[in-house]
Amino acid sequence: MFWNKPIETMNRPELAAVQTTRLRDTIDRVYRQVPFFRSRMQAAGLLPEDIASLEDLARLPFTTKQDMRDNYPYGLFAVPLAEIVRIHASSGTTGKPTVVGYTKRDIGIWSEVMARTLTAAGANRQSFIQVAYGYGLFTGGLGVHYGAELVGASVIPVSSGNTARQIMLMKDFGTTLLACTPSYALYIAETLGEMGLEPKDLSLRAGVFGAEPWSERMRKEIEERLAIKAIDIYGLSEIIGPGVASECECQDGLHINEDHFYPEIINPQTGETLPDGEKGELVLTTITKEGMPMIRYRTRDLTVLTHKPCACGRTLVRMGKVLGRSDDMLIIRGVNVFPSQVETVLLGLGETSPYYQLIVDREDNLDKLTVLVEVTESMFSDEVRRLETLEHKIEAALGSVLGVTAQVRLVGPKSIERSEGKAKRVIDNRKL
Amino acid sequence: MIIKQISVFLENKPGTLAEVLSVLDRHNINLRAMSVADTADFGILRLVVNEPDKVEQALKGASLAVKTTPVLAMKVSDKPGGLLAEVKKLTTAGINIEYVYAFAAPAAEEARVVLKVDDLAKAEKVLKGDKAAEGGEGPNFYW
Repeated sequence: MFWNKPIETMNRPELAAVQTTRLRDTIDRVYRQVPFFRSRMQAAGLLPEDIASLEDLARLPFTTKQDMRDNYPYGLFAVPLAEIVRIHASSGTTGKPTVVGYTKRDIGIWSEVMARTLTAAGANRQSFIQVAYGYGLFTGGLGVHYGAELVGASVIPVSSGNTARQIMLMKDFGTTLLACTPSYALYIAETLGEMGLEPKDLSLRAGVFGAEPWSERMRKEIEERLAIKAIDIYGLSEIIGPGVASECECQDGLHINEDHFYPEIINPQTGETLPDGEKGELVLTTITKEGMPMIRYRTRDLTVLTHKPCACGRTLVRMGKVLGRSDDMLIIRGVNVFPSQVETVLLGLGETSPYYQLIVDREDNLDKLTVLVEVTESMFSDEVRRLETLEHKIEAALGSVLGVTAQVRLVGPKSIERSEGKAKRVIDNRKL
Repeated sequence: MIIKQISVFLENKPGTLAEVLSVLDRHNINLRAMSVADTADFGILRLVVNEPDKVEQALKGASLAVKTTPVLAMKVSDKPGGLLAEVKKLTTAGINIEYVYAFAAPAAEEARVVLKVDDLAKAEKVLKGDKAAEGGEGPNFYW
């Protein structure tokens, strides 16, 4: 099923022409409107007219999350603030969130790409779409919501949490499509069994799952336990949110909506552009966004691209499932967590050593984060309650900065392995 | 009297107590008293030894988190109500006892009690002059 067949099946030369026009327009706009991009281009000795073709894009410098932090909160916006109709944000690495802004037209683009995503998963006007992504600053909930409304489906905006109630609503309202993180989908499947229900008691047919990496094995488990088709979707708030790319019924790679987001794969070490089929870091350029265009944004997600035709008929390029990260970011319950954030919190408290380790486990299909913190002489007390108070203090500080609950466990001095090179900050025991 | 108690952070995993004891053994240190306070995650080992400064250095040298805390040590007669009489004195003086551990030496017909209190100086004063308070042997006493 297609939402926008002419675009989704457009032949490559035609698509390239559309992309070129849009890219040139975008470069022209950011050069005029965003001092950051203008000075970057000037530093590289480039004028907007130097970017005449898609190949010329590689001459432009990359944009990183650090650039967003440096321009917090509105420095990268390309329109007057009065034109901004929505602000979203994701957790930042230093406690400050990464802010993104949308114009009315951007919300329309977002709805369009999400409508394509949902339609590819089988949604239509008759569907009941339960949005169990969080609503709020996180882009997941509202992104799916607007797409579902554009499709004309009936939206059930439950947001995340309260699993037994989610299931009751699913059953009573006749939900046909579920949108949430894949780990939450598994948790829902488990709770369904505990409630004495079976998939046949529900009307569920498909689910669109994203915001965290998941494997084929996990897909199989979700599909079996909920008796649905599980579709992988991809997006990031810096680009637009969910809707950047999504699988079709072939479940063989995610079609990137490249009439809006132009993808490249680079070698994360050298920055050099890599050809189809070679694994590297995904770099995205928005070519239609008004509020906050992004030029060559380094997603840090490792994947491969293929232009091979897909059996579904779409001509849009496909990216493979995300294979990992080129930085040390963790995704815990859909929330981005950097070990450096933990370090900032610990050093900020001024009582703990800079030796720490993050241990991630998956229990009952939910991610669990434990932070090991070495006890120093200065923080050690012979009184249990003082140490427990310290643990709780660190837990509270981590929780508010990371946006996820972390359990702190004090460990002995020098018990965390020292390494001569890069410290081993993370032990990820999750089996995807 | 006031003595130096040594506290050691113990991770809640097998072998941590043995690690501390083997350090003491290597330095030929005899334990006079010990107790462990435990939580789900960790324990705090509290020790009374005859050479607290030496022991502190030795344990620090073994990469352990160590702290020396002044605590009150007293001798009570090994009979019913022996400890109660002393604790009552502290209570009457409004002193809060944070933790306590004790053990009896039946041959000597007396018991030894280690107390961590919120007002050490006052507690010592309250018990001073009393036979119960240890005294006379200096900080490096030997039980």
